[in-house]
Amino acid sequence: MGKLDKQLKFELEKLACEIRIATVETLAARGFGHIGGSLSIADALAVLYGGLMRVDPKRPQWEERDKLVCSKGHAGPAVYAALALKGYFPREELKTLNRPGTKLPSHCDRNKTPGVDMTTGSLGQGSSLACGMALGDRLLGRDAKTYLILGDGECDEGQVWEAAMFASAKKLDNMVWLIDWNKKQLDGPVKEILDTLDFEAKFRAFGFDAVTVDGNDVEALYEAMTKKSDRPLAVVMDTVKGKGIREVEETLSNHSMTEDKEVFDRWIAGLKADRDKLVERGAEA
Amino acid sequence: MKTAYTGENDKRTFKEACASVIPELCEKDARVVYLDADLMSCIGTYKWGKDAEKAINCGIAEANMVGVACGLSAAGMKPIVHSFGCFSSRRCFDQAFLSGGYAKNDVTILGSDPGVCAGFNGGTHMPFEDMALYRALPGATVIDISDISQFEDVLRQSVDRPGVKYIRFPRKNCVKLYEDGAHFEIGKGVVLREGADAVIFASGIMAAKAMKAAETLKNEGIDAAVVDMFTVKPVDADLVETWAKKTGAVVTCENHNRIGGLTSAVSEVLAARRPTPLEYVAVEDVFGEVGPQDYLEEAFALTEGHIVEQVRKAIARK
Repeated sequence: MGKLDKQLKFELEKLACEIRIATVETLAARGFGHIGGSLSIADALAVLYGGLMRVDPKRPQWEERDKLVCSKGHAGPAVYAALALKGYFPREELKTLNRPGTKLPSHCDRNKTPGVDMTTGSLGQGSSLACGMALGDRLLGRDAKTYLILGDGECDEGQVWEAAMFASAKKLDNMVWLIDWNKKQLDGPVKEILDTLDFEAKFRAFGFDAVTVDGNDVEALYEAMTKKSDRPLAVVMDTVKGKGIREVEETLSNHSMTEDKEVFDRWIAGLKADRDKLVERGAEA
Repeated sequence: MKTAYTGENDKRTFKEACASVIPELCEKDARVVYLDADLMSCIGTYKWGKDAEKAINCGIAEANMVGVACGLSAAGMKPIVHSFGCFSSRRCFDQAFLSGGYAKNDVTILGSDPGVCAGFNGGTHMPFEDMALYRALPGATVIDISDISQFEDVLRQSVDRPGVKYIRFPRKNCVKLYEDGAHFEIGKGVVLREGADAVIFASGIMAAKAMKAAETLKNEGIDAAVVDMFTVKPVDADLVETWAKKTGAVVTCENHNRIGGLTSAVSEVLAARRPTPLEYVAVEDVFGEVGPQDYLEEAFALTEGHIVEQVRKAIARK
């Protein structure tokens, strides 16, 4: 299990702030979008693109790279924000989200967006795709990792568990499954819609190495994701849907929200203030 | 193209062809990989596949299998997946559609025992709609195999053809239409027999029946052409138009629902390019049932007798 040094921790926390700001700016340009589940994975994306993933923004198709499958494809805006900040394409392009002819559709598309490793949107499918990518890397002798982000509601889909059995049976120790346990799906609380029960216990029963951590804490995420294992690893990320904006966190139905410009501006200002506070603290330290 | 039709069955079976061609492709090309959903034994690949690194048994989970295959394609591999036709179409269609076609991943999907070839497995296992589904997948290739040499050649070509390729074939043997080692162009029909009075466009197990029907018709003084339309998508539109023009009467024959398969494909061409009387030998809009294949062919009106009848009808409408 890897430990984060103070400097990298600060950088990842700052990157998570920047991803949130860029995500909300992206959604604000259209006035609506999948805000809740985008914000809940901002910290995981910061750890992946800011610390763990071996990638090269100048060579998005580099075969030896680590790959990310964001199977909850509706979190595209957060992925795009991370990719833009990483330098895959100009940040200005984020504002084209969902416009006719855009490179940035609401759900991730590997054929449109530089840096997006897999097309997703029909929930559950990313799990099998990620298994195939990890298996392909192994068959072709590449030393690369495949990371998979799944929604908790997404785990209603049977395909996720078919893929989990497959990953374990084929000993795909070159993949990390990240479950965004934000406890809400479109119609309401996961517990009420279709209780997904104990993720950690379920993944263990499926033959994974599994841990549950605070999914909005970069340090905890970094340590969990770097856990050495001879099996596929599941990191159950205990997150808050809409994390970073209190009004969104407290809205029951925050899967997709439509708001006026003033509201988005207020949220962006709040996120920027949080980032500035973090930077000030960092400077003092 | 050399035909070898005598009305006799091929000595080999499709199962034997799978058992030789699939390992050959995997061993020859480091990027070819084969996945199955617990049905390796049914197509003769288990003996080799149980220990082969590039034979992946996915268990009874077709949706995951097709998804994994698409992920393998993204990693640079050339996957071939197999299940019975009912499962490799309906059971994994959204995966083939989105993880495959939409995401631009390349995958060869084998569907064995299409339509009445499912015989004693019965209605649950009898796909009369698999071609309709895959025809509606943008850019997909849909192939209804009519001969073992054709299967071997098409499968060898398929691994390097982009997109989603759906290939349906029986597991037993079939009437031999082509000489061993014959080469086919995907997307081009094969004229098996010339004729002036009508043209029969047939695919899959119906191609040999169409040849037999043409012999019967010849005795009545009716001269029917027979075209093997093994590529149902993209259908050979020029050939459809040419023979509709030459004969003025068209009959389609397929071991499939009349909706969405060869009958639809040929009708679409004729309606747009050359309206011509068309009759079909195909399954009416019904589900399958259990029984011996000869019983099922009679029950679903898929015999040479039905072809003869439909040719007469089409000619009468000229």
